Amino acid sequence: MENLLVQGLSGLATASSLFLVASGLTVIFGVTRIVNFAHGSLYMLGAYLSWTLVTQLPRGHLGFWGGVALAALIVGVVGVLIEVLLLRRIYKAPELFQLLATFGVVLIVQDVALLIWGPQDLLGPRAPGLRGATMVLGVRFPLYELFLIAVGPVVLALLWLLFNRTRWGTLVRAATADREMVGALGVNQRALFTTVFFLGSVLAGLGGALQIPRESVNLQMDLVVIVEAFVVVVVGGLGSLPGAFLAALLIGELQAFGILIFPRITLVLAFLVMAVVLVIRPHGLLGRAPSTAHAAAAPEPPYLPASPWRRWAGLGLLLLAVIVPPFLGDYALIVFTEIAIMMLFAASLHFIMGPGGMASFGHAAYFGFGAYGAALLVRHFAAPMELGLLAAPFMAGLGGLVFGFFCVRLSGVYAAMLTLAFAQIAWSTAFQWVEMTGGDNGILGVWPSAWAQSKLVFYYLSLALCVGAVMLLRRAIFAPFGYALRAGRDSPLRAEAIGMDGFRIRWFAFILAAVAAGIAGGLFAYSKGSVFPTYMSISRSVDGLLMVLLGGVKTVSGPIAGALAYTWLHEQLMRAFDLWRLFLGIIILALVLFFPQGLAGALGRREGRS
Amino acid sequence: MLDVTDLHAHYGRAHILQGVTLRAGEGEVLALLGRNGAGKSTTMKSIMGLLRPTSGAVRFRGEDIAGREPFEIARRGIGYVPEERRIFTELSVLENLEVGRMPAREGLAPWTAERVFALFPSLGAMRKRPGGRMSGGEQQMLTIGRTLMGNPRLILLDEPSEGLAPVIIERMAEAILALKREGLTVLLSEQNLHFARLVSDRACVLEKGAIRWEGRMEALMADEAARAQYLTV
Ligand SMILES: Nc1ncnc2c1ncn2[C@@H]1O[C@H](COP(=O)(O)OP(=O)(O)O)[C@@H](O)[C@H]1O
Ligand SMILES: [Mg+2]
Repeated sequence: MENLLVQGLSGLATASSLFLVASGLTVIFGVTRIVNFAHGSLYMLGAYLSWTLVTQLPRGHLGFWGGVALAALIVGVVGVLIEVLLLRRIYKAPELFQLLATFGVVLIVQDVALLIWGPQDLLGPRAPGLRGATMVLGVRFPLYELFLIAVGPVVLALLWLLFNRTRWGTLVRAATADREMVGALGVNQRALFTTVFFLGSVLAGLGGALQIPRESVNLQMDLVVIVEAFVVVVVGGLGSLPGAFLAALLIGELQAFGILIFPRITLVLAFLVMAVVLVIRPHGLLGRAPSTAHAAAAPEPPYLPASPWRRWAGLGLLLLAVIVPPFLGDYALIVFTEIAIMMLFAASLHFIMGPGGMASFGHAAYFGFGAYGAALLVRHFAAPMELGLLAAPFMAGLGGLVFGFFCVRLSGVYAAMLTLAFAQIAWSTAFQWVEMTGGDNGILGVWPSAWAQSKLVFYYLSLALCVGAVMLLRRAIFAPFGYALRAGRDSPLRAEAIGMDGFRIRWFAFILAAVAAGIAGGLFAYSKGSVFPTYMSISRSVDGLLMVLLGGVKTVSGPIAGALAYTWLHEQLMRAFDLWRLFLGIIILALVLFFPQGLAGALGRREGRS
Repeated sequence: MLDVTDLHAHYGRAHILQGVTLRAGEGEVLALLGRNGAGKSTTMKSIMGLLRPTSGAVRFRGEDIAGREPFEIARRGIGYVPEERRIFTELSVLENLEVGRMPAREGLAPWTAERVFALFPSLGAMRKRPGGRMSGGEQQMLTIGRTLMGNPRLILLDEPSEGLAPVIIERMAEAILALKREGLTVLLSEQNLHFARLVSDRACVLEKGAIRWEGRMEALMADEAARAQYLTV
């Protein structure tokens, strides 16, 4: 009984912290429609800054609370800088581009934090006056946690007053509904957006700053927090503050009691809840369907068959890929193999994003299903590679069949978030189902059959399978099926009206993409000789997105160019610099700002195609 | 007051406005007539900066405002009442009015919520009601009131009579005449000729993105051929 009470109370404290971050994220999304990946980074900055300030400032109340407040304000200023220098230029860009840009900021902040604060975990001092514990209903409970429990509702109340009792709040709520109309009524949206970003960033910074007496400050906080905040915001309904509060309570308590009841699946729980909520209420608990009435979308340019120039370039590239490798060393062969695999991975993601028009944030799941499909056969049945490579697309296709069934019903950010939730469920399963998957230690000894042991042979095998699969995907895009898919993307109502079953078409596309990703994953498993949960992690999904977006969604050759450029760049940066994230982040920002069409799109402009 | 010269505008590749030229003098009510799809709303959006004109000039009180952002144009004294009304459905009547509020303008009696309620008494009885729970006529009054709160010198009214009951239309006409008496300039887009005729001094008739007929309202009423050619369906 006492244990339950303690768990319930610490769930409330967690909920408060979650709400602080999620409220900022949801407010920013409501007005700017930007899904800010860098929100977790602002939280992390808040934690680091307050650690520095609190340890530097004189001890005592002023030092601690002053440090926390100052850290939150500095984070607010950083947020404003991000908004003014970066986001302001891309408000009209496609959603995924904005996401990519904010992910660039994540990478930059990670390395800047590493430079300033070093890799070790930092432990903060306790809060003055709230050091001890007190008795709550007969159990001892830390004072600071009690304080945190109060912070959530207080912040909610203050935000409510701000949004409902001030002119600024009224303008923000109006802009959330129809920002163009607000502009036509004489409100400078730009200034409004900047202030909203300031508020959201301060909340994130405050959330981070208040954590230092509770947990250590480290470089992983940003992604952990952003994922949790996404879950809360999506479960609550994008843009809804009360929704975020409710969802924070739900998730906070779930995590607290989950540890007692299902210690084995704690990581999955939050995502399971998110998946269930999205399936039942596609716009979250208190969210509303976004009004798209006034968004005049530019028509998508059609896919053109490759120009002669591009055909020759592609053939030349393929020729090089066939002729050159015998003269290369093992290291180069490994890189080449990885590039071939990533091309297929990127092409499969492009297939659902481009022609399908569905954003996937969890495509790594199907890559991972492929890898685990092969590896599990090896581990439990000592299956040979040939069988493993067959099992990979099968397993991935099965995953696509189940997850896709739910995902393709949603659209936009919600669809992206549901794919993310499913990917996280897959990842957590691989991570926590140790008997089956080996957990964090992965599955080792996934080696190719004897005939394919040499790096060169395995490279040719990968090349053949990947190029073959990519060509098949291409064929599908230009086949009647591909046209139907795009018709469903561009004018769903009209497509339905002429008798197309949009749901089935999209579902099938999703499965096809999963199968292709599965082939890539299976090959990847054998090329590395091992499989780990990280194959399904968010960062791999993001890698895929980066490749597709770098290459350009609007061209069929985009993902190929993107995979090539990204894998190569990643490899070079990692070898050359300790701070490769910083450089990668800067490159991403430069690309987003200067080549919004992606690499292949930019080349296309050179060729004089639009 | 407003002087539009050879205005061109596109939606994507579609060339919608093909050289619109019109002018409205101070205190005048100018009707912008034309069939559905003629380009009336597009003309208004282009004046307001919601659609960037591809070429041509929009002069307002002597200054070329073409290419400026909507909020800058609004702050110079042009009010826009969209055809779709675009009420903030979650916000109350008072809050909707608050969003439109701008500082007073020289030479004009400043608008307040109370003045709006005096003009549209039925709104005064539902100050706290969310915009989403109002009838079409009430929403139309609210969207006009919201724009008036910005103290405009010129107001662009896009088909205010659309979908309204005859009694309400009559009320609307009275309100527009009241605004005219205050010295406001009005550009009124309409398909309802009878309504336009009640309030307008002059008329411009649009077809396929260009002005085909221009003159005094009475002249248009007398010119059956022009009406048949450009207006009747
Ligand atoms: N958002 C839009 N995208 C593309 N074409 C549009 C859009 N809005 C209007 N049009 C086209 O522009 C033309 C003029 O429309 P509009 O200005 O709304 O006419 P009116 O207001 O006179 O009825 C029509 O042919 C219409 O189909
Ligand atoms: Mg119209």
